[in-house]
Amino acid sequence: MDTAELDELINKRLDELLPKKLQELQESKTPSMSIIATKGTLDWAYPPFILASTAAALGWDVTIFFTFYGLQLLKKDISDLKVSPLGNPGMPMKMPFGPDWFRGINWNIPNIIQAGIPGFETVATKLMQQTIKNNGVASIEELRELSQEAGVKFSVCQMTVELFGFSHDDFINDLDYVGAASFLPVAQQSDVCLYV
Amino acid sequence: MNFDKELDARGLNCPLPILRAKKALTDMTSGQVLRIFATDPGSVKDFQAFAKQTGNELLSSAENNKEFEYYIKRK
Repeated sequence: MDTAELDELINKRLDELLPKKLQELQESKTPSMSIIATKGTLDWAYPPFILASTAAALGWDVTIFFTFYGLQLLKKDISDLKVSPLGNPGMPMKMPFGPDWFRGINWNIPNIIQAGIPGFETVATKLMQQTIKNNGVASIEELRELSQEAGVKFSVCQMTVELFGFSHDDFINDLDYVGAASFLPVAQQSDVCLYV
Repeated sequence: MNFDKELDARGLNCPLPILRAKKALTDMTSGQVLRIFATDPGSVKDFQAFAKQTGNELLSSAENNKEFEYYIKRK
């Protein structure tokens, strides 16, 4: 048998075997995800923890890298996370109480009024907390706990800790304080990588 | 249908029904069946995806008066 014949035979065999082998490899691999959490408000706290806890429930390996305002989500007490409707035209402003017709009203309050009323953010936050409760949506504390229980790894940007004058005592336990160089290789190996 | 454990996820929203189901399944042994009640309409597709991804078999999925009932067999 000459080389050309041999090559042809090998190619033919490879074409037959390779797709099956690749599929096997794909199926045996544990999916992985890394999320970069950069926001520190009540609304934006949800996407990283919902996706991380759900992925962990599906059996994925998950890492969340918390940086900048995302560090707020790791404080021991996160009951003071706030949401601001100011400059956020995408946020529906509906009341979580009263009769249906009243709940249906979208309160279109101009930015200048929102900015001028003291305590507006606090009231908006209270209303959102009530809406969350009414809808059977988990609290951030609960999702964070469930994520950790399910083995989601929390990595924290050490630079931000110093930049914002935090101390490790401000945060919950079981955190990895790292830099970008530690996170990037994790992200590189991930099937899914999200920036929130 | 027979089942070994029951989970009431009524009133809970995404992703809690899935997370609670996963937790319940973890405490069960292979072949046992978990019955779940839920009211989240998104849970229909979510439990299909969950079963497919985790290998726990979705034996049945039914709706009755805006309530959903699932039977999942532990892998």
